[in-house]
Amino acid sequence: MGVISGNLPLYLQGFGTTLFLLLITTVIALPLGVVIAAMRISPIASLRTSAAVYTEVLRNTPLTLVFFFEAFVLPKLGTRLDFEVGAIVALTLYTAPFFAEAIRSGINSVPVGQAEAARSIGLGFTQTVMLVVLPQAIRSVIPPLVNVIIALTKNTSVASGFFVFTLVSAGQRLASANGDQVIAVLVGVAVFYVIITIPLGRFADWFEKRVAVTR
Amino acid sequence: MGQPAQTDSLLVIERVNKHFGALHVLKEVSLRVAPGEVVVVIGPSGSGKSTLCRAINRLETIDDGTITIDGAEIPSEGAGLATLRADVGMVFQSFNLFAHLTVLENVTLGPIKVRKLSKAAAEERALVLLNRVGVANQAQKHPAQLSGGQQQRVAIARALAMEPKLMLFDEPTSALDPEMINEVLDVMIGLAKDGMTMIVVTHEMGFARKAAHRVVFMADGEIVEDTTPSEFFDRPNSPRAKEFLSKILTG
Repeated sequence: MGVISGNLPLYLQGFGTTLFLLLITTVIALPLGVVIAAMRISPIASLRTSAAVYTEVLRNTPLTLVFFFEAFVLPKLGTRLDFEVGAIVALTLYTAPFFAEAIRSGINSVPVGQAEAARSIGLGFTQTVMLVVLPQAIRSVIPPLVNVIIALTKNTSVASGFFVFTLVSAGQRLASANGDQVIAVLVGVAVFYVIITIPLGRFADWFEKRVAVTR
Repeated sequence: MGQPAQTDSLLVIERVNKHFGALHVLKEVSLRVAPGEVVVVIGPSGSGKSTLCRAINRLETIDDGTITIDGAEIPSEGAGLATLRADVGMVFQSFNLFAHLTVLENVTLGPIKVRKLSKAAAEERALVLLNRVGVANQAQKHPAQLSGGQQQRVAIARALAMEPKLMLFDEPTSALDPEMINEVLDVMIGLAKDGMTMIVVTHEMGFARKAAHRVVFMADGEIVEDTTPSEFFDRPNSPRAKEFLSKILTG
């Protein structure tokens, strides 16, 4: 275990990057997910279709492939992203549809009569979604959203294959430098992931119970 | 019966057709309603009466024909449609009060967001309306804490808060326990007496006799009879109306 305490700065560096990727991606992808979910229930058919196509394409492409596309296709088009920016873009493009689907399932859990009542007092589509549907969807949407964030936490590890120094990169470097303590090194990596994901899961549980009581 | 002249009509429905897949739910339906008129739409389930009611504020689209309210044809979408809906009050069978808002917020949401009233002005008016329907003392509660009859009266107040030209009631008492039906009907009778234009899909014959100017009987997507309540209940013309009445009277 000395290998962990002895290399704490390196772990913390990777941990910091992982946390950074997670936070920035969530902050961008979550509003994007709301927009995509709204497009999918919009009265305008072209918005519905483009949102559905985007969702299906990204949701069914392995994240690594999204990174590869960015790494090889963008330079051909004459642009090159900084590695960290590239990772954020790839993670955002990939995660937003999962957020959107979680939000859409929450929207579908709100009885259709709520939206009909909203429209019948003259609220427009955006007002109906923002004032009536989303505030009610939020209760059932938090647990699945947290699941997406937990998956995103672990997906940030893919960025380590594309020159971003995440927790996994720290693990790789330490493992190759300390061949005799690989297990301890990897356990250390796992512990840092758990530091992020367990509180998230606990929050989802707590929220679910709270909603169950107030309902 | 003296049909109102064409220019006097607040609502004009002209040769409207609607299909649900292969099912022809509205067949060449035409109807005129004058300002202040109370029209009860009655008929067996599946006759298209609810669909007709919902088509008037375009919660259901129509395949062809026109629906005109106060001289303006219903727009198919966009801001124009929202404006029209604000002028047409709707009361649903299942109340559909906004579950996350208090009773007071339910009634003030439209006036604040659509009519652009100040919160204070909207609340003042909302309390007057809630008082009128007899639930002012429940203003701070959430809908789930109210009885069905109270919820439906709040729903009526919510619709009235928009100062609609026309009120639609889609089976407003069908989801209520029997002992709560009258408290809702009393509010509706009061509205009718005050001159509100109303289209009411209901089986409540007491309401039809007390408050309606006309009864429209629908069967299989068509308007079969359009007459006064006493004519309809005492001397129905068509075999289908006779059959329907015999069923609900012996019901």
